[in-house]
Amino acid sequence: MSHTRHFLLGLAALALSVCTANPARAAEPIRIGVAGAHSGDLASYGLPTLQAVRLVVEEINAKGGINGAPVELLVEDDGCKPEIATNSATKLVSGGAKAVIGHICSGATRAALPIYRAAKVLVISPSATTPALTQSGEYPYFFRTIAADNTQAANQVEFALHTLNAGKIAVLHDKGDYGKGLAEYAQSLIEQSGKAQVVLFEGITPGAVDYSAVVQKIKRSGAEAVLFGGYHPEASKLVGQMRQKRLAIPFVSDDGVKDDTFIKVAGKDAEGVYATGPTDVSTNPLTKAYREKFRQAEGTDPGAFFDNAVAAALALTNAIAKAGSADPEAVAHALRTEEVATPFGAIKFDARGEPVGIGFSIYQVNNGQFVQVR
Amino acid sequence: MEYFFELLFSGLTRGSIYALIALGYTMVYGIIGLINFAHGEMYMIGAFTALIVSSVLTIYGLPLPAILVLTALAAAVWAGAYGFTVERLAYRPLRNAPRLAPLISAIGMSIFLQNYVLLAQTPDFVPFPALIPEFAFLEPYGGIVGSSDLVILAVSALVMAALTLLIKYTRIGKAMRATAQDQKMALLVGINVDRIISLTFVVGSALAAIGGLLIASHIGQINFAIGFLAGIKAFTAAVLGGIGSIPGAVLGSFVLGLTEAFATGYVSSDYEDVFAFSLLVLILIFRPAGLLGKAAVEKV
Repeated sequence: MSHTRHFLLGLAALALSVCTANPARAAEPIRIGVAGAHSGDLASYGLPTLQAVRLVVEEINAKGGINGAPVELLVEDDGCKPEIATNSATKLVSGGAKAVIGHICSGATRAALPIYRAAKVLVISPSATTPALTQSGEYPYFFRTIAADNTQAANQVEFALHTLNAGKIAVLHDKGDYGKGLAEYAQSLIEQSGKAQVVLFEGITPGAVDYSAVVQKIKRSGAEAVLFGGYHPEASKLVGQMRQKRLAIPFVSDDGVKDDTFIKVAGKDAEGVYATGPTDVSTNPLTKAYREKFRQAEGTDPGAFFDNAVAAALALTNAIAKAGSADPEAVAHALRTEEVATPFGAIKFDARGEPVGIGFSIYQVNNGQFVQVR
Repeated sequence: MEYFFELLFSGLTRGSIYALIALGYTMVYGIIGLINFAHGEMYMIGAFTALIVSSVLTIYGLPLPAILVLTALAAAVWAGAYGFTVERLAYRPLRNAPRLAPLISAIGMSIFLQNYVLLAQTPDFVPFPALIPEFAFLEPYGGIVGSSDLVILAVSALVMAALTLLIKYTRIGKAMRATAQDQKMALLVGINVDRIISLTFVVGSALAAIGGLLIASHIGQINFAIGFLAGIKAFTAAVLGGIGSIPGAVLGSFVLGLTEAFATGYVSSDYEDVFAFSLLVLILIFRPAGLLGKAAVEKV
């Protein structure tokens, strides 16, 4: 119910804002589109981001807008469906949006991007993580305030090469989309680096009763570290059997393993295991302030991607202010060069549109708890 | 060469794990000619019972070997009770139905029991304590073989011997063989066939539970779904060895476990299942009754 209501409210606001466009205003309003799933089964991803953008924009308008121009939001619900996302994009473009915050899902974002590219509209997504969106280089005006799927692998490899100084690395995965994707990316990064070699690359069968054969294989390969892409049930079995077979090399895994169940199940074998996980930002004052505002407005804790959407709205409005206009070339340049304070700390964007400063950290199990090591 | 022995031992460990479960499968099949698809769930329920009992006993501070024995007893009794109930509810009413009907109700039982444990216990993985003590004499070989590997190997050999003795040399065993040959004739000579079949289920489930306890202690974690994959693999092993044959179940398990270990070691663990199941197909092409199964033996 409430999703529909939000959606209707959004529509109503849109209709109102169109009707009441006031010619007497000093400056032409800057129109920013917000697109994402605001109804349907994925609304829990889209609504917190919409609310985040509203909170930021209200604040800016209360202070007199960006360089004197008020910000106006155009809201479109794409239901996270690629076929609807193209319609939403067309509507936003024809409604005069200078920039769009969204879309939420990678599939919808990918479908909408060609339309924005043709219209030269800058897009900044708080949650689309498919690597190709930025890394293909096809969309020069696309940015995101979330780490891409393969950032974790990059972090793991960087950590294994430079902190653990491993020259021989065994890369394992659980044959699933997530685990295998990470492992393949890690493998190619290690090979590109030229600093280490992948001595073993294997998929293990999830749920198998015993992994000692693969553990013996790791041992024989002479690996100095193990990178594992997958989830905690296999990770705890692997680590347990590695320790049983006296293989004490470091074990580095992903956020599928950075879970308290892993520590509970693996017990003392979990000690010293490394895993990547989203950097903890809950102590950042900006994060606290915006989460508190959300709680006052909605009465609940903010959901997924809220912090990312606040960051997107802050980065975008800051860049428009610094650029002095909403021209996409100038705004993109400002996004890449001007640091902005967000719930993730100070961030800016690299040439491809990936956020610098938002990402994963390496955690290590220490006395039964994941502790951020870097 | 050392690598070969390391792989050999991991193959034997896997094989004996499969054997512990496959023995129960093959015994039930040998007596009543029914594949009990809920057998994997008996293994899982045994592991959960063992977890609960061992946690309670640990609170009382008993020594580890005592905990192991008492827990095994409790798990066997409890799973045996489950086996008895399952037979009563799902198989006995279908005794004279077509062969497909009890097969379907067995699958239904398996799904029911998994979901029951999911709701009554937890959907998460829970840690299982290492109940098998570390043997000091194994210390120098720790990199190759652990104490739980040895215990599982020994227990599966022991269970195989005990089952063979039970079926060959005891009165109950005689009654079981008679039931396997011809249920009606067995009834006519005064054998309580229903009771013999119940007993078969109770023994099979108790064996699965002891397997569950030992394997969970080796792996260190359990959840409601562990019976499924283990059950499939053990079933494969039983078919490979010749379903209905007790030494065949053990042989089939070791062949399967060793194939998987050597496939992992010398080729890639990506392909362990490919090798295992290709082997099954090959063996069934050349020996349709399995390695030790003889077309007529299951009814003897």
